[in-house]
Amino acid sequence: MTAEIQIAKQGDYVQIMDVILPAGGRAPSVPSETAKVPYVLRQKGFLLNEQARVGERVRIRTVIGREVEGELVAINPPYQHTFGRPVPELLHVGEEAWRIIEEAERRG
Amino acid sequence: MAKDMSYAAVMARKNEIMVRALGINYSEFERSPLAFDYEGMMSKAAYSLDEIRRIQREVNVGNTPLIELKNITRLVRAISAPGKGARIFIKDEAANPSGSFKVRRASVSVYHAKMHGYKGVIPATSGNYGAAVASQAAARGLKCIVIQEVFDSRGVGQPEILEKGRACEAYGAEVVQLTVGPELFYMTLRLLEETGFFNASLYTPFGIAGIETLGYELAEQVKEREGRFPDVVVVTHAGGGNVTGTARGLRKVGATETKVIGASVDLSGLHMASDIDFNRKSFTTGHTGFGVPFATWPDRADVPRNAARPLRYLDRYVLTTQGEVFYTTELLATLEGLERGPAGNTSLAAAIAIARELDKDQIVVVQETEYTGAGKHPTAQLTFARENGVEIRRGDPRENVPGKAIVIPEHPAQMHVTDFPLEKMRESLIKNAIQHAGVTTVSADDVRFLMDETRADEEFVRRKLAELGVSVK
Repeated sequence: MTAEIQIAKQGDYVQIMDVILPAGGRAPSVPSETAKVPYVLRQKGFLLNEQARVGERVRIRTVIGREVEGELVAINPPYQHTFGRPVPELLHVGEEAWRIIEEAERRG
Repeated sequence: MAKDMSYAAVMARKNEIMVRALGINYSEFERSPLAFDYEGMMSKAAYSLDEIRRIQREVNVGNTPLIELKNITRLVRAISAPGKGARIFIKDEAANPSGSFKVRRASVSVYHAKMHGYKGVIPATSGNYGAAVASQAAARGLKCIVIQEVFDSRGVGQPEILEKGRACEAYGAEVVQLTVGPELFYMTLRLLEETGFFNASLYTPFGIAGIETLGYELAEQVKEREGRFPDVVVVTHAGGGNVTGTARGLRKVGATETKVIGASVDLSGLHMASDIDFNRKSFTTGHTGFGVPFATWPDRADVPRNAARPLRYLDRYVLTTQGEVFYTTELLATLEGLERGPAGNTSLAAAIAIARELDKDQIVVVQETEYTGAGKHPTAQLTFARENGVEIRRGDPRENVPGKAIVIPEHPAQMHVTDFPLEKMRESLIKNAIQHAGVTTVSADDVRFLMDETRADEEFVRRKLAELGVSVK
């Protein structure tokens, strides 16, 4: 990956973010660690501006046709969630369980 | 002039937004500042069981297989006293469109929205319900916006929720992803106001009535195969809809002797609205963070009167731990060949501990499974937990500490449940009801209402009212 600034063109599928409520403007009930951070939205849609750089304020049209404004954060970002790593603590569970069943049933 | 979109201003418009977005006049069911006509609301605002079965058949929802978990039952018997170890069955709700029982709720809401001319539907949920509504909206040709709590302030998202967001997108929905906070409700109001869409809340009479078919079906299936109704049904309990709808379905089919046990993952000590605790939990649903507050004060929901009222139906409420649910998920895969869950396996984890105490000829039904996938899988969720500083080890699950240590049992005999006293919950419900009504005197009808709300006898309700300094006129 190069460090060049990414430019999105009209119609590109992009992700924006926007501050919905600033720190200090949040619901009265939130704990202090939450009250001191802003309430932030992220969502995706098709860029309406002719072109825009990441970091610029833009408008998008969502997949259902609604228009939303926010800061351009990414162009067609990938899904990042995965299956993670196999968990060593779980890898023997099946084998152990079968052994317990077989021993119990052998004893009768 | 532009509308005031500040938190306080939008919340102040709550009632008018809700009336338009639900089309239910809740005030017609109110009987006093305290009591309301619950059954009246359920029968007038929702659909009959037959209508719901028809609505669900149209979109291939329900009629899921009931599977006997023969090898898990063998394992339970291997660790039980002679003559103990009930048979365990599971309702494979993952076989539904969208992969969970939640589509039963969504099917009725979306049908209702369509019939009443709404152009779209909005659910606010980080759970399987989002994909369920998105899937039903697709099947009925409506638009859908799913509003999710996904990230902490660093922009780090729970893998389980990221997967659910992806699924919503796959069904053609717009997904609004938000950081941690109860302002999810504020954002929902904003979008309902802007779009005029239907509020596909989890807690309307439609959402609850849609689950009645689950209780009905499972009892019918057991009866058909075994000639009798199940002894126990274990239900994963979060917001209360699953318990309420399943229990109502069991009553409608005539399974009045079947015990309904709610089960939640113990996440006590973690604050649900905390930016820091958010990514310390490895479960985003089925846990005490919803289970306890929603049971003891159902009307905290996003509708004026919550149709999910679990204390009216619970015979017992038990807690399990995150480690035991992951362990159970592994057992289900390696002993039965069923890769499901994990959150939906909360009730199965509890059922394994409960079945040990029951006789061999008794029948326990676990009433759901859910789909699994990237992000929403023990490997994904435990990898994420480790990255967030949570310790994962084998050991005695009693050493589990929510947000700090996930302890995977070393042996199935270590599986256990902790009873959460229903009496304590009944007491808090009465206290909350009085507090919200703001009354110091109640009528005999109010007492009857509180008896229904808590499944308690008159003496209990009167004693608790007296302790609160409330008199009965």
